[in-house]
Amino acid sequence: MAIELIRRPERSRLLSLTSPLIALGLAILVGGVIFALIGLNPIDALYTYFVQPLTQLWSIKDLIVKMTPMLLIAVGLAICYLSNTWNIGAEGQLAIGAIFGSAIAVYFPTAGGPLVIIAMILLGILGGMIWAAIPALLKVRFGTNEILTSLMLVYIAQYLLDWVARSPWRDPNGHNFPNSRIFSPDQVLPTIFGLRLNFYLAILIAIAAWFMLRSMLTGFQIRVLGQAPRAGAFAGFSRDRMTMIAFLISGALAGLAGICEVMGPLGQLKITVSPGFGFTAIIVAFLGRLNPLGIIAAAFVLALSLVGGQAVQIKFHVSSQFASVFQGVLMFLVLITDTLIFYRIRFVRRASSPHAATVGATHGNG
Amino acid sequence: METAEITGILLSIVTASMPLLLAAMGELVTERSGVLNLGVEGMMVVGAVVGFVAGHLSGVPAVGLIAAILAGMAMASVFAVATLIFVTNQVASGLALTIMGLGLAALIGDRFVSVPGLGLSRIAIPGVSDIPLIGPLIFGEDPLVYLAIALTIAVSWFLFRTRAGLVLRAVGDNHGSAHALGYPVIRVRFLAVLFGGACAGLAGGYLSIVYTPQWIPNMTAGRGWIALALVVFGTWLPYRVAVGAVIFGAVGILQFNAQGYGVNIPSQFLFLLPYLVTVVVLVIISRNRMLLRSNTPACLGQSFVPDR
Amino acid sequence: MAEAGAGTSTTFNRLPGEPTLEAIGITKDFATLRANDHVNFSIKPGEIHALLGENGAGKSTLVKILYGSLQPTEGEIRWKGAPVTIPNPAAARKLGVGMVFQHFSLFEALTVAENIALALSSDTSLADLKKKIASVSVDYGLPLNPDSSVADLSVGERQRVEIVRCLLQEPELIIMDEPTSVLTPQEADDLFVVLKRLSSEGVSILYISHRLEEVRAICHHATILRHGKVVAECDPQKETAAKLAAMMVGAEVRHLSAPPAVAGNAPIRLQVQGLSLPKPHQFAVGLHDIVLAVKGGEIVSIAGVAGNGQDELFDALSGERAANRPDAIVIDGTPVGRRHVNVRRKLNAAFVPEERLGHGAVPRMPLSQNVVLTRHGTGEGLVKSMIVNFNGARDIVARVTRDFDVRKGSPDPDAGSLSGGNLQKFVVGREFDRKPGVFVVCQPTWGVDAGAAATIRQALIDLARSGSAVLVISQDLDEILEISDRIAVISKGHLSPAHDARGITREEIGLLMGGSHQHHDGEAHGN
Repeated sequence: MAIELIRRPERSRLLSLTSPLIALGLAILVGGVIFALIGLNPIDALYTYFVQPLTQLWSIKDLIVKMTPMLLIAVGLAICYLSNTWNIGAEGQLAIGAIFGSAIAVYFPTAGGPLVIIAMILLGILGGMIWAAIPALLKVRFGTNEILTSLMLVYIAQYLLDWVARSPWRDPNGHNFPNSRIFSPDQVLPTIFGLRLNFYLAILIAIAAWFMLRSMLTGFQIRVLGQAPRAGAFAGFSRDRMTMIAFLISGALAGLAGICEVMGPLGQLKITVSPGFGFTAIIVAFLGRLNPLGIIAAAFVLALSLVGGQAVQIKFHVSSQFASVFQGVLMFLVLITDTLIFYRIRFVRRASSPHAATVGATHGNG
Repeated sequence: METAEITGILLSIVTASMPLLLAAMGELVTERSGVLNLGVEGMMVVGAVVGFVAGHLSGVPAVGLIAAILAGMAMASVFAVATLIFVTNQVASGLALTIMGLGLAALIGDRFVSVPGLGLSRIAIPGVSDIPLIGPLIFGEDPLVYLAIALTIAVSWFLFRTRAGLVLRAVGDNHGSAHALGYPVIRVRFLAVLFGGACAGLAGGYLSIVYTPQWIPNMTAGRGWIALALVVFGTWLPYRVAVGAVIFGAVGILQFNAQGYGVNIPSQFLFLLPYLVTVVVLVIISRNRMLLRSNTPACLGQSFVPDR
Repeated sequence: MAEAGAGTSTTFNRLPGEPTLEAIGITKDFATLRANDHVNFSIKPGEIHALLGENGAGKSTLVKILYGSLQPTEGEIRWKGAPVTIPNPAAARKLGVGMVFQHFSLFEALTVAENIALALSSDTSLADLKKKIASVSVDYGLPLNPDSSVADLSVGERQRVEIVRCLLQEPELIIMDEPTSVLTPQEADDLFVVLKRLSSEGVSILYISHRLEEVRAICHHATILRHGKVVAECDPQKETAAKLAAMMVGAEVRHLSAPPAVAGNAPIRLQVQGLSLPKPHQFAVGLHDIVLAVKGGEIVSIAGVAGNGQDELFDALSGERAANRPDAIVIDGTPVGRRHVNVRRKLNAAFVPEERLGHGAVPRMPLSQNVVLTRHGTGEGLVKSMIVNFNGARDIVARVTRDFDVRKGSPDPDAGSLSGGNLQKFVVGREFDRKPGVFVVCQPTWGVDAGAAATIRQALIDLARSGSAVLVISQDLDEILEISDRIAVISKGHLSPAHDARGITREEIGLLMGGSHQHHDGEAHGN
């Protein structure tokens, strides 16, 4: 048996809408199989993983806290990937954003109020943009592969964060923990209806990005240059400019996500600002089919996979890293179901020897 | 410095280069066939954990290494099925493989974190291995070092001296024409991806069985990514990749030794050195566009769907 | 098979002997299309057999089946009388079928010898192979250096590699797909000498071409396909080109209304002066001091063999690549050499590149968005304060569809889902719709059927007669001779002076294609 792809005359409208759901369903199925292999009751484990976190208010809140940075980052990454720019270093941009924004709180511990909060946010955004500008400039100026440079910059950023939090900015009264001082209450993000400001901000940004991609010329440029760079040049769009724009936007959003973590759930700069939000956001972007509205839902699902991972760890003592496995499987399935929007699959019987195929054996299909 | 000390440093540079060389050699073959597998880090880390566990359970290092190879191939086959049969985006699929691999490795290795490992004794030939400086360096390495060197020679010979290697390069250069001539493009690529997985798995096994004989989560620490950069640095030529691997091995070792000699900069700045060097090296090599252009497989990263 | 009207092969004076290859009732279905419909056909030893048909008639499909690249849905192939299956090209080569591809199937990064080794199933060493290549290439007058990298070879040399590669397999049947489409007439003559020699040695040659004159000159027999069916067989040497064309398209070819002369004092609307550009990359062509003027009201064509700088010239004219100086390109008096493509469009210039998918259109975007692609910066109101008016674009799609008879399955399908000919009509129509004052178009009728080609050519003539300057870059000499007022020829990045279309012959154009004007510019046929 072999699998062949047959191009559809036109894309499948049905699959365009349902492919992420199919992928999600299949991934949950695979998750169940893995649970069974580890020796757990798959139904029990899946319930604990995917349903239980939704049954309690505190865990839903936790979900929203975790989905917010991923949503912000994934919207930026979607713009990158749509324009065929491969920023995979959001994790590093997040770290630098966190460092930049924290500078104010560290050096001016008594400053506070709306202006200081805005300044911290802007500085965080700036940090992410600067870090993202490096691979973008190297790509535009020297043609250096942005995938590898943006990733290498993650490691560099993490060591910088490690150094900052351990040495110059370490809290003198912090019992030698690798943390900065705890930010004063008027240096953290305000809470509205029980949720922090950054959540509302993330939703607004996603909606704005959706509108930009759908209706604005910039969005059109992003999609054209991503799909057909030659046609983009013919339309008068600049590939290099787009590389810069995409990196700067995604860097800004990653930096924003970073400073918002520090000014939100963490309340201080730590050596681990993020448990890998920058990488998980890559999957969020694809699960959302690179559509910012879809990404809102996808961020929720991936946040669920993180919270569920912890729940399973507590109840069954399975490594919380199960979440990464689930995410990887999910991403593969999303990519495969995406292919099926444009192709049908056909199973063919492989002839036993290359010369055994007889004329007329392949089936026509109308 | 004492001779013995220099020998020690040189030896450690060689061993530090080996995982990079093994993984890069596999990726080189994969990319020569036209497939960009960014999942080296994921295949490597799964190879490391599976190799460690198999070695630990059997007590035989060779069993661990073989298990590492098989684990790398299993990971690679997931990538191959997705990208070659379902023509998924190779960049995105490679990222998925790495994310999945890191998770899988942590899951498998959960109960083995502080278990002591096996190690692999170096070959010692009485007499010659005792010659100062070059003796241990040339005659006293562990067996995998010789294997890695042999692999480099074999890959170069295969690619440029055999018909199968010619076919592989042809598939990477122009898959449409290779298909028109009747070569099984997808099968060739599938095998090349599996070879890349085997090498990455072995590289991981080397880390957990030979280099630091224990399992530490995320112990590959970006080596898979550096191996990818090495292939570009070596412009897809095996011997250049080998030279690059030694240079990167040296950077890694110097970073450790600099601390020992009391170089007065924060350790973090030493630790980030290999990654910074990678960026710099990538920039330098990408400025030489002619060199890159003539050796880059023309179909690298492109999906192939034959007419039917 | 009733419409295979010209009868069976026995009615002709064909060469004696059992057919080398016979195809009986070959049918091939693709998803929605029957590409071959019960095709019968046979070829004798030593016969040069033409396979004629329009684009999309099913020639390529049939050839791929005979070469094992595709499997037929139905039907039988006989090799010297015995039924065979040809599961893949390797099997075809084993039987004795060789192929010279239209778009070269060579590997740029490999050497000539390596390229040839790939097509041979035997395990001859590379050293032996190099000797064989040397002897065959001397033998047939096809000089080649086995060690040179294919990337460095000219188009003609590349074809030589293909032919030598094919000959080394000692085939009994050679399939040639449009072999002369990339050659100058003189190079083509050299090829014909090789073909006749092979024919005299008893090799069968299946010759695919739409160039009827050359088919009449060298082929012994012709099979004509239309819509996937065999509609006629004939001895092409006994038919006129017009008759052959009529058999191909199924009707007399429509004649264009004769173009009246252009007024001598008409304004120059597109002027190119001293345009020089270095090659953008290793495999491209540089432009050398291009000089050209197109007046309002006329069609000027640029002939030439593919890969002689047409793409580079187009990119400079459209503005995708900046010229060496501002006044190297002047549109209606405005120097635009270093201005953006959309600045040129705003001056009412329009451009159609050769490559439709990926350059002229984005495959996975609907037609309406492909309208926005070239018309977002023309000041027509498709973009207002950064917001794109996709509804307006859909209206334009409807208009273009009507005017150019674009056949599509839904109102606004993806560009990639259109057939080649319909996409071509859309891409050309999208620009026509703007009534451009300066119109630069590459290969305007590539891939469209004869009826649509006539429509497009007539539209080009009408556009010119309404006062626009039209510049056609084409490799189709018949088309150029049919519609042009003046003709220039591009060769190795040099452009000849434009000659009056009525005073120039095919042979003279052929000489210019080979680069003769670089030595004695302007001697031939000044206006």
